[in-house]
Amino acid sequence: MSDIQKDAAVTENLKTKTSKKGKWTRRGFITAGVLAGGALMVGVAIRPGHHEKKLRKFVEGEGETLVTAWVKIGEDNRVTAIVPHAEMGQGVLTALGAMLAEEMDVEMDNLEIVEAPAEKDYVNFVLGREFIMGGKQVKGFVTDTVNGAFMAATKAMSLQITGGSASVRFTGTAAMQTAGAAAREMLIKAAAKEWIVKPAELTTKDSHIHHVSSGKSAPYAAFAKAAADMRPNLHPTMKAREDYTLMGTSIPRRDIPSKVDGTAMFGLDHSVEGMKVATVKAAPVHGAKVASMNASDARQMPGVVDVLNMGDYVAVVADGYWQAKQALDMVEVSFTTGAADGASSESIFAQYKTAISGDGKFKKMVKKGDVAQAASEAATVFEADYTVPFLAHACMEPMNALAWVRDGKCDIWTGTQNPLGTRATTAKALDMDFENVTVHNQFLGGGFGRRATPDYTDQAALLSQKMGLPIKLIWTREEDMAQDHYRPSAMAAMRASIGADGYPTSWENTFVHKLDPAEASHIFYNIPNQNIRYTESPVHVRFGPWRSVDHTQHGFYTESFIDELAHEAGLDPYEYRRKLLTGKPRHLAVLDAAAKKAGWGKELPAGQAQGIAITESFMTIVAEVVTVDMNDIDNSGAPRVVHVACAADAGLAVNPDGFKAQMESGIIYGLTAALYGDISIQDGAVEQSNFHDYEMVRMDTAPDIDVVIINSNARIGGAGEPGTPPITPALTNAIFAATGKRIRDLPVKNYDFGEAI
Amino acid sequence: MIKLNVNGQARDVDVDPDTPLLWAVREQLGLTGTKFGCGAALCGACTVHVDGQAVRSCSTFVGEVEGASVTTIEGLKAADGTLHKVQEAWIKHQVPQCGYCQSGQIMSAVALLSETPDPTDAEIESFMAGNICRCGMYARIKAAIKTAAKA
Repeated sequence: MSDIQKDAAVTENLKTKTSKKGKWTRRGFITAGVLAGGALMVGVAIRPGHHEKKLRKFVEGEGETLVTAWVKIGEDNRVTAIVPHAEMGQGVLTALGAMLAEEMDVEMDNLEIVEAPAEKDYVNFVLGREFIMGGKQVKGFVTDTVNGAFMAATKAMSLQITGGSASVRFTGTAAMQTAGAAAREMLIKAAAKEWIVKPAELTTKDSHIHHVSSGKSAPYAAFAKAAADMRPNLHPTMKAREDYTLMGTSIPRRDIPSKVDGTAMFGLDHSVEGMKVATVKAAPVHGAKVASMNASDARQMPGVVDVLNMGDYVAVVADGYWQAKQALDMVEVSFTTGAADGASSESIFAQYKTAISGDGKFKKMVKKGDVAQAASEAATVFEADYTVPFLAHACMEPMNALAWVRDGKCDIWTGTQNPLGTRATTAKALDMDFENVTVHNQFLGGGFGRRATPDYTDQAALLSQKMGLPIKLIWTREEDMAQDHYRPSAMAAMRASIGADGYPTSWENTFVHKLDPAEASHIFYNIPNQNIRYTESPVHVRFGPWRSVDHTQHGFYTESFIDELAHEAGLDPYEYRRKLLTGKPRHLAVLDAAAKKAGWGKELPAGQAQGIAITESFMTIVAEVVTVDMNDIDNSGAPRVVHVACAADAGLAVNPDGFKAQMESGIIYGLTAALYGDISIQDGAVEQSNFHDYEMVRMDTAPDIDVVIINSNARIGGAGEPGTPPITPALTNAIFAATGKRIRDLPVKNYDFGEAI
Repeated sequence: MIKLNVNGQARDVDVDPDTPLLWAVREQLGLTGTKFGCGAALCGACTVHVDGQAVRSCSTFVGEVEGASVTTIEGLKAADGTLHKVQEAWIKHQVPQCGYCQSGQIMSAVALLSETPDPTDAEIESFMAGNICRCGMYARIKAAIKTAAKA
């Protein structure tokens, strides 16, 4: 997720780093060409200037791009937006299409939205040009431009990592809007030339150009061919937000109809002739290998094609999934032993405690003022440790991939947030060139960060290579639970110096594990002295990005601790935050809106109470107020969450209904984790296996949710993740308000509320 | 060979009678709208109808449903392609996000409404509690069921 997060600068640089003369730089360019028959293509490519190490290795050449968007105006005046992101339920295809249509003045009914096509068509430059240009040769400078752009597009179309809540805020604002605005300007210039009028006299609406004083009017397509000769403007004029007619309105998502009639194709759904189905079991203790395998009984099972020892895991290949699964259960396998076999959740937390205690070496995140001085002058110093457990993603669709290795090439059909990483790791696993691996991305049955780590695709590819057959690998739910790349378990020691007025004069957060984004541990409260630092404390359990990444745990640490300070001071936690947010109007507006929506301070039935929290992540500020009912404890030991009031400022919610859906989703996802989420380790292995012991918020435990959207007009922020971080502290703060019991170690269900009320 | 009636059509499937209906439907009949989620009747993603009742097809053996009438998500539309009122309500409320659980959610909702045409909130919550939506669209599912009940 960080990869794109870190490349925020790319967006900025599109404008700031292009030279004043409009010379093309390495940062971004716009290109155009005309197709056979006169259809206009306009593309925008943005090149990474200083991308992450993780990405750098995939970007080898001068012409490779990070974000590429295309728009095509057909001869029939139909407009097509080609969108370079994966749909995992966030409505990205529709939102990005609308952003292009907004700047181009295209009505949504006249807009086709296409996910960047099968990479088979793109992986080769010539084929890619064929696909878009229909083989048409283009002339003069445009040829060079188009060739360059296509080299970029074809070689690196799969650079699109869908994550970091980045699709709309980076691709949308930088590429889709730019492509739309540039296309519109070129069409206007062409029309002005033909009608012999000034461009400024022309207006556009619904894919048509109008000249009001003469009454002339024509569809965009009439000027497509001429427009291709216009030099694209690197800085097309963008609309002012008050002129938006599409952005900021709720537009029905294009992917939804196929998701209600069973026709949407997920990774699990693709088939090819002659394919066999595999399922696997890897070492329960991460890092261990297969020591021995006895498959003599398994091989006798009906439908079984082969049983393989793949080193890190055993695999059964069969005619169908059920046969493979039945046979896998019959395979006798032992795994290598090692030091990790003794690890448990307790030993891991003890290790963390040691790591953050004492005067070990810490890496600095934020250092301001002098915390030691503040402590010496403080009325009191308050301290608390918090812990969070490992969390699985538990996507509804278990990890799966169909791979077909043949003729020195590999095709993979899967749902991935990271097609490029998939290609790269598969190429390495198969000892094949990157160009020879093609990813056919499908709908994702949940991503949440899990589908950014392409381990399951490697397995499918290796099995296909070994068997010489197309192999559809389907993990069991148990394998999915045991072989995730988890949100790390982690710990933070929080410390604050408190002045005589009850407000903090210093803030310290010493924590283990830093993934991304870098600013997750930063605070926006006005506290003069700060020392935020971390250390790594390696464990054998695998980590990966999990919805909002480090913001999940830091939201919990920061917003729990500030709540503790408010209660220590005997002050209202909402007002306490307000005071510390003086001079931060966006944060205050969001906090106030959530409090107002929840009726903060109102009288509640006995056993109920409210908690509040506010976080900022991926450039979006979200406050949530939870109302909890401690009279209603479920069978797992978790209290009933009655209501969540959410207020969010993402600058502009591009598709308000979609944005609201993302907040609702982020809340339920975070609430599931806060109440129940606990991947525990015993004898080195994950103890949980399926939804009976890794419980979920369900229909009967889901709260009512109200979402208030604030469009402050700030730069557009993310939507997919920012709803998640505040929900946990809002919940645990509510539990404290109701019971006086402070939850410092998640999940909530592990507490006994029997006598709390 | 086991004789099934799926979406109004007689279909023969050549599998062991102890094969879960889910895999026969997906792999033998190519009806991939029904999803695999947990394999243990814990998540509801595989929900289909057997003689109008919602069942978890991952935990229902093919041999058990021989001769019964099976309906999958693909069989919910009318013969002329008109969507079921529940599917229409799902679009109206923009229910799906990733969409993976929605076939199962819709099949459960249709079964609920055929049993209880005008369900209360509590009845919806209780009946639908077997279907997990990891994208957390429970409020929209509930609203869509209410809309469908009135349609």
